[in-house]
Amino acid sequence: MTQILNKESFEEAIKKLAEKIREEQTDLNNIAFIGIHTRGVHLSNRLAKIFKNSGVNVQQGILDINLYRDDLSQSSDKPILKETKITFDVSGKIIYLIDDVLYTGRTVRAAMDAVFDLGRPQAVHLVVMAKRSGRELPIDTNLCAITIDTKQDDSVAVRFEETDNVDEISLFGKGEQI
Amino acid sequence: MKFTRKNILGIADLSREEIEGILETALMFSEVNTRAIKKVPTLRGRTVINVFFENSTRTRTSFELAGKRLSADVVNFTSSSSALSKGESLLDTAKNLAAMQPDILVCRHSCAGASHILARYLQSTSVINAGDGSHEHPSQALLDMMTVLKVRKKVDGLRVAIVGDISHSRVARSNIYCFQKMGASVSVVGPASMMPSAIKDLGVDVHYNLKQGIEGADIIMMLRIQMERIKQSPFPSLREYSRYFGLNLETIKTLKKDALIMHPGPVNRGVEIDPGIADGPYSVILDQVTNGVAVRMALLYLLSNAQSMNL
Repeated sequence: MTQILNKESFEEAIKKLAEKIREEQTDLNNIAFIGIHTRGVHLSNRLAKIFKNSGVNVQQGILDINLYRDDLSQSSDKPILKETKITFDVSGKIIYLIDDVLYTGRTVRAAMDAVFDLGRPQAVHLVVMAKRSGRELPIDTNLCAITIDTKQDDSVAVRFEETDNVDEISLFGKGEQI
Repeated sequence: MKFTRKNILGIADLSREEIEGILETALMFSEVNTRAIKKVPTLRGRTVINVFFENSTRTRTSFELAGKRLSADVVNFTSSSSALSKGESLLDTAKNLAAMQPDILVCRHSCAGASHILARYLQSTSVINAGDGSHEHPSQALLDMMTVLKVRKKVDGLRVAIVGDISHSRVARSNIYCFQKMGASVSVVGPASMMPSAIKDLGVDVHYNLKQGIEGADIIMMLRIQMERIKQSPFPSLREYSRYFGLNLETIKTLKKDALIMHPGPVNRGVEIDPGIADGPYSVILDQVTNGVAVRMALLYLLSNAQSMNL
């Protein structure tokens, strides 16, 4: 296992992400964060808190993408659905989809479908903590805290204090216990 | 929760954990039903056939909407317009439908066990029992449970009174199983002529007097008299039945303040329930219907998932 970000650098990275979003957007009143379960929600909350501290209240939503998966036909033994809660109108909004890791891109594809079922956003951007190799769809983002070159068998774990009792990003090689 | 069942035939088969899992899933689907676009692509390419050998408005529409909101292709089949009226047997009809490779059959039939027979013969199609004679109606009990859980959060320790035509009611039977499994105690109330002789074997209290039967109850479930299943009138007149076993403004005076009045529908206003009560503050009758769609979405979703796992 290799630790890539520790507690301090993790927090610093989130601050930088917030800064990037702020630089990118002229109309901060029209943006909204949608966190993808589970750890995307944590990142969304952290980012929203940073914005709030500087006087910008960002609307937040929670998204479960299970109903939009492309692999129900080979899905896991956990058909558990989590809460989707987007109480604002996404139409016309600049949406930031927020997740922990960008890997194949399939989750993001599903999330975009889900958002478009709720309305027609003005734009959709993607924010992740870690961007790793292995894309299977033409999906990418610059709004990531860290880019990691990985082999196919590697695993990237983004852990949040909220559910994992620690803030860190780690890389696990083939066969290593996560 | 692990859900690996091929069929949903009755509440009697389900564990408490499975019931809770289905209801948790259903709660998540409630959100989809409140959207402007009430549709998700989850079951795209799957086929659901509603095979209704008995009339139904609510249940059939509810299953149809559930399937459609999950993007499944839903076909409705009713006995009056089918080959059944040309003398085909239940099994032949089912085998023919199954030969068209649907993923799920939703079946209602006037004979107890009809869905079980279909489930036994259909290898690769899941079967949901949407009511078999006087036996079970599992999705109704699940939506009733969901309705109670939404208001009361916990069912353990609640007292449920089921009132009316217990003999012919599949809703009563499924609800007795369901509420007992979830930790509630159940009483049945009705005239002796509509009470099965062995009903006590299900572990319920039996009452022949409405006032005594509903005293202290948290949930009062009123049933319709199943005229279509009754050969000989079990009481002298509807008026008399209504007077002794109908819920009216007088009888509800003694109810607990937070009691819930339920009815699986169709309601015979003025017979088993006073119109003012059906529309009154205790009533959750229309919430039951709303929750029905979410519960059926959950069943279709979970069965489809289980099918994929068992491939």
